[in-house]
Amino acid sequence: MAGKKNLLSDYSQGRFFCELMGTRKDAGTGGLQAHIAKRLSRMSLDGLRRRAAAAERELYNLGITFTVYTEADAIDRILPFDVLPRVISAADWDIIERGSKQRIQVINQFLHDIYHDQKILKDKVIPRSLVTGNENFRKEMMGVDLPGNTYVHIYGVDLVRDETGTFKVLEDNGRTPSGVSYVVENRHLMLRTFPDLMEGIGIRPVSDYGLRLRQALAQVAPKGIEEEAAQVALMSPGIYNSAYFEHVFLAREMGVPLVEGRDLVVEDDKVYMKTTAGLERIHVVYRRINDDFIDPEAFNKKSMLGVKGIMRAYAKGNVTLANAIGTGVADDKAVYAYMPRITRYYLDEDPIIDNVETHICREKQGLEYTCDNIRKLVVKPVGEAGGYGVLIGPRATKADIDKRLRELRRDPSNYISQPVINLSVVPTLTPQGIQPRHVDLRPFVVTGRSTWVLPGGLSRVALKKGSLIVNSSQGGGSKDTWVLEE
Amino acid sequence: MTQNWLARFADNIFWLARYMERAENLARVIDVTETHARNRSGVQDWTAILEMNTDLKRFRDTYGNPDLGSVLQFYIIDRTNPTSIASNIANARENARTIRHLISTEMWTQLNVLNTECSDLKKRDITPRRVSGVCQAVKQACQAHAGITEGTLYQDEGWCFYGIGKSIERADQTSRLIDIGYRRIMLSGYEIGDRALDPLWTTLLRSAAGYQAFRRAKPIRMRPEEVLGFLVADSAFPRSLYAALSETQYYLMRLFNYHQIGTVREALAAVDDIRAKLVSTDPGQLIKSGVHGPLDELQQELIVVTNHLRRDCFGHKS
Repeated sequence: MAGKKNLLSDYSQGRFFCELMGTRKDAGTGGLQAHIAKRLSRMSLDGLRRRAAAAERELYNLGITFTVYTEADAIDRILPFDVLPRVISAADWDIIERGSKQRIQVINQFLHDIYHDQKILKDKVIPRSLVTGNENFRKEMMGVDLPGNTYVHIYGVDLVRDETGTFKVLEDNGRTPSGVSYVVENRHLMLRTFPDLMEGIGIRPVSDYGLRLRQALAQVAPKGIEEEAAQVALMSPGIYNSAYFEHVFLAREMGVPLVEGRDLVVEDDKVYMKTTAGLERIHVVYRRINDDFIDPEAFNKKSMLGVKGIMRAYAKGNVTLANAIGTGVADDKAVYAYMPRITRYYLDEDPIIDNVETHICREKQGLEYTCDNIRKLVVKPVGEAGGYGVLIGPRATKADIDKRLRELRRDPSNYISQPVINLSVVPTLTPQGIQPRHVDLRPFVVTGRSTWVLPGGLSRVALKKGSLIVNSSQGGGSKDTWVLEE
Repeated sequence: MTQNWLARFADNIFWLARYMERAENLARVIDVTETHARNRSGVQDWTAILEMNTDLKRFRDTYGNPDLGSVLQFYIIDRTNPTSIASNIANARENARTIRHLISTEMWTQLNVLNTECSDLKKRDITPRRVSGVCQAVKQACQAHAGITEGTLYQDEGWCFYGIGKSIERADQTSRLIDIGYRRIMLSGYEIGDRALDPLWTTLLRSAAGYQAFRRAKPIRMRPEEVLGFLVADSAFPRSLYAALSETQYYLMRLFNYHQIGTVREALAAVDDIRAKLVSTDPGQLIKSGVHGPLDELQQELIVVTNHLRRDCFGHKS
C-alpha cells in the first residue's frame, strides 16, 4: 500500500494508544485488527459519509432516541453514532472479562459484609465513617439475606486505557448502569449498514443479552420459586424518563412486563401487578429507579414513582430487587479508592484490572502528594456526580488552584486525586476526515447464580477534537464494539 | 408466567387503534370534502366537518369564520387542536411508544416515521393544490399501519383490545358521517328522493369509503333508504355500523372465552344490545323520524362501552 493514498493514510494517532493500530510503535502491523484496518482503508470517504447518514436516519426512524422535554415540546435526540467500529482482540477481552468478574465478586462480598458482620470495618481496611456514614448506605438492609448473596446483578464498569494500552477501572456503576441498549442496537445497525466490513470476521454476538439477563434474574427469585416459574418484571419511572427507550428495549428483549409503580400493589407483603384480568404475583423486579424513590413508606415520602410496602415484601424475602437496595455504597468515588485493598482483603489477590492511580486525601500521605503535585493532577470531590467540582490541574488557573488547596486543607476527606489519563484513541469519522478521538469502554456484567460478561460494551467516544470527556451530555457519541472470536 | 397484559397497556393499545382510525377517517373526509362536497353554487362546505366533530365553537375561538385555508390548517397540522391529523398521529405514536416492547418493530417504525412526517408538515404543504395528496398519503399510511398490524402483531389479548378500539372508533366515525351527510341533504332544499341529490348521497358514501361497495350491492340507482341501510346494517361492508360492531363483539368474545378475561362481561352485554338494535333498524322509518336522534344515541352507547372497558379492564377508577 506504500505511497498510495487511502482512507487511513492521513490518520495519525499522536502519542496515544490507538484501539485499531495499537501503540505508536506497532502501529498497524499484523493480526485481525490490521486486517480490519486494511478493509476500512479501501472504503471511500464519501461512501462512508453516505452510510453514516443512512445509519443516523435509521436511528431516528427506529426511535432509538432519548427524549428531551422542554416546556413547549418534546424533542427526540439520538446519541451520535460513529460508524467506525472499536475493535477488541481476544487477548484483551480475556483480561477485561476476568477483571470484571473479579471486581463484581469483590463488590458483592463487600456489600454482604457491610450489611452483615462488617468484618472489613472491624479490621480497619476502610474507614467506618466512609461506609456507614455514606448517604447511599441503607441501614434497612442490615441483616437482610438475599438469594445467592448477590447485591449487584447488573454491573457496568467504566474502563479506560493509558498510553501503554493497559486497561484501568475509572468508575464502578453498581446501581443502575445504563447504555446496554446501545450496545445491541449499534450492532444491529452495523450489520445492516456494513455487512461487507464484517464479512468473514468472527465477532462475538451481543444480541442474547436479554435472554441471559432474564435467566440470571430468574435464578435469584425468592426462595421456593422455581427458575422456570419466576415472574420477572422491569420497573421504569415512566415514559417521561429520558432512558425510557432503554427500558422498553430491555423489557422487549427479556420478554417481561414493563411496569411502573402505579401498576404494582403490595398485599400480604407480596408484590402484584394489575393486569386486565386482575392481580398477578411478581417475583423479581429489575428496577430502573433509585433507592429513595422505590417505596414512599420506607424512603422518600413524596415519591409518586414507587410502590408502597415493597420494602416490607423485600425484607421478608418475597420479592427480589435487582439491583439490591443500598448498592450505592460500592460505587462511591471514595470507596472506589479503596477497591484494590478491598480486593486483597477478600480474595487475597491483586486486582486483575487496576484502578487509575488514586490518592486518598483523607490519608496524610495522599494529601501531601496531592498538594505537592496539584498542577499535574485531577482533584475530585467524592460526593459529587457528573463531573461537578472536578479540578483539572494542568488546565486550571492559579486562583482555582489556590482555592482548591485551601479546600483540601480544610476538608481533606472530601477529595481524591488522580493523574490526568491520556485515554486511548480510535479512528472516527469527522467533518475533517478520519481522525483520532478519545474513547472509553463500559462492559456489562450480569450475575445470577454465576457471572457472565456481555462480550462487547458501550464504547463512548469524545467527538470534539482533543476532548477527554465522553459523556453524551458533553458532545460524546458511541460506536459499535467488536470483540473478536480469536 | 403471565400472558395477561397490564391494564394500563391494554388502555394504550386500545387508544393506539382509535387514534389511527380517527386519523384515517379525518384524512378521507377532508379529501372528499375538498374534492366533491360543493353546494349548488360550487362552494365547499366546511362547517359540516366542524359540526361533525363538534369543533365549530373551538374553531371560531381561534380562527373566526371557517374558510378553506384555516380549516385545513386546523384539521391537518394544528397541534394545539387535539382533533387534528397531526395530533391524532402524535397521540397514536405516544401510545405506541409506551407499549413499544409489546408491538412489532415494524409497526413502531412505520408509525414513528409517519409521526415525523406529519409534524414536519407546514402551511405551504397543505395549499388547495396539494392537500388532496397529503390526505391520500396519510390515509395510505394509516392503511399501511393496519396491514402491518395484521401481518405482524402477536395475536394475544392486546391484539383483541386493538381490534376493539379500532372497530368502536370506526362505528363512531361512520355514525357521524351519516349524521352530517344526511343533514347536508336535508338542508339542500330538495325532496328527499330527488335525483338531484344523487351527488350528495355519493359524497356521503365516498366519505365512508363505501361508494364502490354500494354500487356493487345496489347497481340500479341511489335510493335514500338503501344508502342508509347500507351504511347502518350491511354486514359485508366493513365500515357499516353493524359490521364494525360485529367486529367489536368478536374481539370481546375472544377475550371472554379464549383468554378467560371475565372483566369484559359488561362491555360485551352492551355491545350485544347495540347490535340487536341495529339489526332491527328500518331505514324507511329512519328517514321519517330523522337520523340525528338515533345516531346520537348510538354514540352515547359507544361511550358507555368504552367506560365499561376503562373501569373493568384498563384499571381506571371511574
